[in-house]
Parts: sequence; structure tokens; C-alpha cells
Amino acid sequence: MITMTGIFPASRLVAAKAVIAICGLIWTVSGAANAGPQRLVLTGSSTVAPLINEIARRFEMQFSGVRIDVQTGGSSRGINDVRRRTADIGMVSRPLKPDENDLHAFTVALDGISLLVHADNPVAALDKSQIAGIFTGDIMRWRDVGGKDARITVVNKAEGRSTLELFLDYLQLKNSAITPHIIIGDNAQGIKTITGNRNAIGYVSIGAAEYEVQRGAPLRLLALDGVEASEENVRNGTFPLSRPLNLVTASDPQGVIRQFIRFAQSPQVQDLIKAQYFVPVDAD
Amino acid sequence: MQTDRVLTGILRAGALLAVLVMLLIFCFLLFESWSALTGLSIAGFLTDVSWHPLEGTYNLMPMLSGTLLASIGAIMLGAPLGLASALFIVFFAPLHLALLYRRLIELLAGIPSVVFGFWGLTTLVPLISEWQPPGASLLAAVLVLTLMILPMITITACAALTAVPEELFRNASALGMSRWGTIAGVVLPAARVGITAGIILAAARALGETMAVLMVAGNVVQHPESLFDPVRTLAANIALEVAYAMGDHRSVLFVSGLLLMLLVMVLSAMAGLLEERQQV
Repeated sequence: MITMTGIFPASRLVAAKAVIAICGLIWTVSGAANAGPQRLVLTGSSTVAPLINEIARRFEMQFSGVRIDVQTGGSSRGINDVRRRTADIGMVSRPLKPDENDLHAFTVALDGISLLVHADNPVAALDKSQIAGIFTGDIMRWRDVGGKDARITVVNKAEGRSTLELFLDYLQLKNSAITPHIIIGDNAQGIKTITGNRNAIGYVSIGAAEYEVQRGAPLRLLALDGVEASEENVRNGTFPLSRPLNLVTASDPQGVIRQFIRFAQSPQVQDLIKAQYFVPVDAD
Repeated sequence: MQTDRVLTGILRAGALLAVLVMLLIFCFLLFESWSALTGLSIAGFLTDVSWHPLEGTYNLMPMLSGTLLASIGAIMLGAPLGLASALFIVFFAPLHLALLYRRLIELLAGIPSVVFGFWGLTTLVPLISEWQPPGASLLAAVLVLTLMILPMITITACAALTAVPEELFRNASALGMSRWGTIAGVVLPAARVGITAGIILAAARALGETMAVLMVAGNVVQHPESLFDPVRTLAANIALEVAYAMGDHRSVLFVSGLLLMLLVMVLSAMAGLLEERQQV
């Protein structure tokens, strides 16, 4: 008997505690929903997402009542989700197409990539068909494009990188058509690879390449269609291998959505944009 | 008795935890790769035309061959070198030199793999590319891996050699055997299990090494036709692509992790079998 009473109250106590805990949990959850930290959902391009993630973290720190949820899935998902109102803002790594002019686009940064060779390479510029020839293996030696008689080492990016996507898009090629000799991951690895190989050609983000050249790395950024590869020419829109990174909304943005877009375009986040080797848009 | 029981408890808990971690990792890999294993055809991993995940082709075999060839090459170079170093330390070097040499080897073991990779990328690869472009190649991967596993083989072989019982030496010298005769006929057979275990440990490390190989191997997905062709290993494949992979692509990367783990499992099973046979 004594043991029974000993056990019983104890288990009751546990049950009571559990009930209280669950009630408390429900109360806090519903309370939170009522008081509402505002939730902002962004979906779209995996190029833009890492940048927006950083910007969102900083935004959340400054405006503590807002929770931002960033999901990837490609530019077209961003467009679709905004149209179906399942996302507040879409992330789109290209200009809007004519049939998308029901949407509003806000450019937060520009993405440009530059073709890169070793500084000892006498070739200073290539045109689009020469680049396509080199990367698909039709042109094997530098002599064929006005350089030395040496075999070209083609440096390509790993699958899934946004620079690869932009590059293929520019050449209108599939990745399986490219015959690479070296595949690299990030920009830094590409720069080191080309620094160490006089006959290599590759491409990296313009921001990263310019930075290395300023620091004296033996590299040359190739002009493209007669336009010099520089952040300046990406910004003024003349450099062909570049694209805008846009935030897209279905209607004229209001409230916290407008606040966030303004924030993403403000000078407060330029360091984040540069850290990802994108080019900030002039704040005018 | 009390402390004995406590100690046993602690040891049991520790052992359980170690096994649990291993099991959890395996379950995690299986869970993450499940959608690829069930949604895509498994035959595709063997017979697809190439590895272009964004175009829906997922052939993992070139990476399997790249991984195996790089590791086998490193073992073929590293094992004799490591064994020679260990013999030198234990039997041939004067005491102070042996100590110094041992310290240096231990230092080599402590160098982070990314440093080897960086050295390979900035020194070794340009050197090879002057000779046989593009430089980033199976050969570069083998050489960097050799450097990385050499200290491991040396240190374990050293331990195995010093563990050979003193009486075996006495018997050998009583029989009038030469130094080399003693080593080849008595010491090496006696230390065989320890040396093999060290080599297998080193092989497991070579299979899984990521950063250094990623930086020097060239990472082109293909079956290499020569030592100078670039290759991609399974581990490098994951590191290269996982940050930007989504959906099926991501899932297949976990399949390559699973494959790598199976490879290491086969290796350790082989080690177990070898040990059993030697004890008979």
C-alpha cells in the first residue's frame, strides 16, 4: 500500500508537469502568432539566395520584429511564387522578360564574369566564337587565336555554380559540350590555377579577378567583344557577360517588403555584396 | 570493485557512443541519399553517359576509378618509402639521428592537408604542367597523397618493429644471422600484422582525403588514360558541388558519400580477414 501511494503521486506529478509544459508551449506559439513577428518569404535564384541570406540576417538584427525565410529553386520559381502569392519577394538572376512586365523588379547587385589568362599570354582579346571554340575543344592551341604554339588548358567551373550558368548562357552551350582540363570550385582556386599555368584560360567573377590583379597577381582579364572587363563596365551595362540580380514583387511593394528592398539596395549592405564578388548598383 | 564497475561503465558508454556516431552517420547518409536511390535508377550510377547532374546524368564510376587509382598509387609509393624510413629509424640510424628523423616525420604528420594542397597547387602542379600540361592530374594527386600518408605508415611501422620481442633478436644472433637476414627473415614477418594495419589505415585516409586532392587533381570527371590526365575523386566531388546542389543533384552527392563509406568498410573488412589468416 505504501509503495502504491509512493508511486502514484509521483507519476501524477510527472503527468501534470507534462500537461503544464504542453499548455505553455501552445500558449507561447499562439501568442507569438498573434503578436506576429512579421514573416517575409523570399524564393528563387540560387545565385541571389546566399547574398539575400546575408542581407536578411542583417535586416533581422536591425528590425527585430521581422523573420525572413529564404528558399532557393531557381529564378523561374521566384517568378511563379510571386505570381501565386506564395512568396512575398522573388529572387531572379536575369532581367525580366517582356511577358513578365506585370511584375516589379528591383536590382540589388550585378553579376559579371571575366575570362582570365596568365599575364605572359600575348592574347589580349577573344570574340564569342573563339571562346566557344576553345571551351568545346575545337580550338586546341593558342596559335589558332594569335598566341604562342602551346596547348590550351581549359579551366571550367564545377556544376551548380552561378558563374558556370551565366557563362553557358552567354555561349548558348550545355555543360556537357565543354571539354575541360581542370575543374575548379571557387574563384580563389581558379585564380591560383591560372596563376600557375601559363597556357590556361578560365573565368571567374569580375570582382575577384580585379582584386587579384590589383594585388599584383600575374593575370590578364580578357576584353570581350571589344569591351574591357571591369566592374565599371559591368555597372554601366556595356560588358556582355553580366546580368542583374533582381528582387521581384507582384505589386508595388508596401510596408516591410518595401523596407526590405530599400535595405537591400542601400549602401549599408554594399560590403556584403562585395564579399560575394558581385557589383553593387550605384545608389542613384 | 566499486571503481572497477564505474570504470567498466564509463568504458562501455564510450565504446557505445563511438559505435552510435558511426551508425548515425551511416543512417544520415542513407536518409539524405534515399530520394536518389529510390527515385533515380541505380543502374544510371553505373551506365549514364557522364556526370552532368544538371542535365540528369549521374555516372559515378569515373570518380570511383579516380578515387581508387589515386589511393592505390599513393600506397604503392608510400608503403615502401614508409617502411624504409621505419627500418632506418629502428635499426640503422645512430640514436640521435633516429630521434631527429622521427621528430621530423611526426612533424610531417601534423601538417594540415590544406597546406599540402596549397603547396601542390602553387608548386607541384605548375612544375608538372611545364612537362605535361595541364599539370593538375592523377600524378599530382598521387604525389600529394603519398606525402600525407607517408608519416602515418612510418610511425605505425616503427611501433610494430619496436614491438618485436627482444628474444627473437637474441635467437637470431645466436644463430649467427646477419642484420639484414634478421630483418628480412625474423623481424618483418613478426611485425607483419602491425605494418599491414598501418598501411590499411593510411589507405583509408587516402580514400577520404578531400581538400588537398581537390586542389591538385584537376577534378575532370573521366576515367584517366594516363598519369597526366586529371581525375575527380568521390570526396572532392562532394566538396566541389554540395554547396550549390539542390534536389536530385544534392541527393546523388550523398550517394557518392555512401559509396565512399562502403569503400572504407570493404577496406577494413579486408584488414580483418588478413589479420585472421595471419593468426592461423
